Amino acid sequence: MSIKGKAFIAGIYEHPTRDASDKSLPQLHAEVAKGALEDAGLTFKDVDAYFCAGDAPGLGGISMAEYMGIHIQHTDTTEIGGSSYVAHIGHAAAAIAAGKCNVALITLAGRPKAEAQKVGTGGGGRGPMFDPNAPELGFEGVYGPATANMYGMAAMRHMHEFGTTSEQLAWVKVAASHHAQYNENAMLKKVVTVEDVVNSPMISNPLHRLDCCVVSDGGGAMIIVSPEIAKTLDRHCVKVMGHGEAPKHLNGGKVDLTYTGAVWSGPRAFSEAGVTQADIKYASIYDSFTITVIETLEDLGFCEKGKGGEFVMDGNLISGVGKLPFNTDGGGLCSNHPANRGGMTKVLEAVRQLRDEAHEKVQVPDCDIVLAHGTGGSIGTRMGSATVILGREDA
Amino acid sequence: MSERKAPAPIVSVETKPFWDATAEGKLLIKKCNSCGEVHWYPRSMCPFCHSMDTVWLESAGKGVIYSHSTMRRAPVPYCLAYVTLDEGTTMMTNLVDVDFDALEIGQKVEVSFADTGEGNALPYFTTV
Repeated sequence: MSIKGKAFIAGIYEHPTRDASDKSLPQLHAEVAKGALEDAGLTFKDVDAYFCAGDAPGLGGISMAEYMGIHIQHTDTTEIGGSSYVAHIGHAAAAIAAGKCNVALITLAGRPKAEAQKVGTGGGGRGPMFDPNAPELGFEGVYGPATANMYGMAAMRHMHEFGTTSEQLAWVKVAASHHAQYNENAMLKKVVTVEDVVNSPMISNPLHRLDCCVVSDGGGAMIIVSPEIAKTLDRHCVKVMGHGEAPKHLNGGKVDLTYTGAVWSGPRAFSEAGVTQADIKYASIYDSFTITVIETLEDLGFCEKGKGGEFVMDGNLISGVGKLPFNTDGGGLCSNHPANRGGMTKVLEAVRQLRDEAHEKVQVPDCDIVLAHGTGGSIGTRMGSATVILGREDA
Repeated sequence: MSERKAPAPIVSVETKPFWDATAEGKLLIKKCNSCGEVHWYPRSMCPFCHSMDTVWLESAGKGVIYSHSTMRRAPVPYCLAYVTLDEGTTMMTNLVDVDFDALEIGQKVEVSFADTGEGNALPYFTTV
């Protein structure tokens, strides 16, 4: 049993806002849902399943189902941080294949900027990572694990074991900035150089300010439908070809920060899709920090373990320049990171690429098969990891 | 520079023996009687063989830096680290009384305790 070809992404929407001081959290969820349904040519009346994660306010998916006035027969609130929405695609496809639903809505929204959250440097916060009953919290929270220093430890170890350099990390940001200049909604549109990155202020070594993603408000949504419904829609739908997911944790104190859960989620997704790395024309890779991209590219098999730094150099991730165009919307490093969760926007740009709707300056020619990867939690401690491989309707 | 205050940890009935021992300057880890493995963070069930027969073991408090990162964007900069204890398991901690710019992975460290003022102490590490 496989989900390959059993479900299609029929509609997407990305909220243009980056500062939602004038909107509530439920309002943002509803706005992105409406946008994605309109994009698909469907209405709230057509929705029979709802998928959301920890950013959705209230009781699981029920509070938002009530707010939006939808009547659903299937719901899934799998919470694996920023990778949740990538996993939801696989779960929605499985539910559709099993006959549980036909039109699944997935939403993400958040307003950390409006709430002035010190996301990367302050430590503490809200949500499941700060549950006082979480078994790890008593042995970690006292030491100030903010976000940047946990990823900093991963980067430090990767440098130690493989000789990765700050300049190599910087190339990831350079590539993202080349793409962001064409995205009118991107927070940071200025093209930067390797020197700009390594000379930006140190946040938590070895990570500089420009190694870190932005803090933004906003959100996004997707509509996943059955093949039968996809056929009835005017929209060019995107085929779900494969999906894989895996949590990674500290394994009882046998700590290794040099790899991510992508070592497991990637092969599962490739196997289900029946394609290889050589078939992937474009990749959306979660970019909370530059190190996240380098480790993930290695773990997904785009290069050998430890060679990610060399792989990203000299513009290899820049569309039209390098071998593997990535994050052509500017990604989390430059465009947005709504709710501090980047999995949704990774899929949205991957879908645009397959529909030939990316900006003409970054659109990959003949883009027929793509990969989108989400990371949740922290690669410095415990993380969710989810990979999808998507294709054109006829792929 | 002002010192960073040692915050009081969250203590549960399962982890109370660990935190009580810190008041006496002892760093406890858990060992499994069934498979012989030590683990971190301490828990009742062995995460490797899933036996419930685990016991507290006093660590010598010596180890090496697995990785580290110094948060510069905090009111008082501090160093988050993982230390691999000589007993074989790796724990999160802070490196204190060190030159942040001179730290190296693999460097030898030993435990020191910072009183939280609430009947227990945080195990920190410093370079030897």
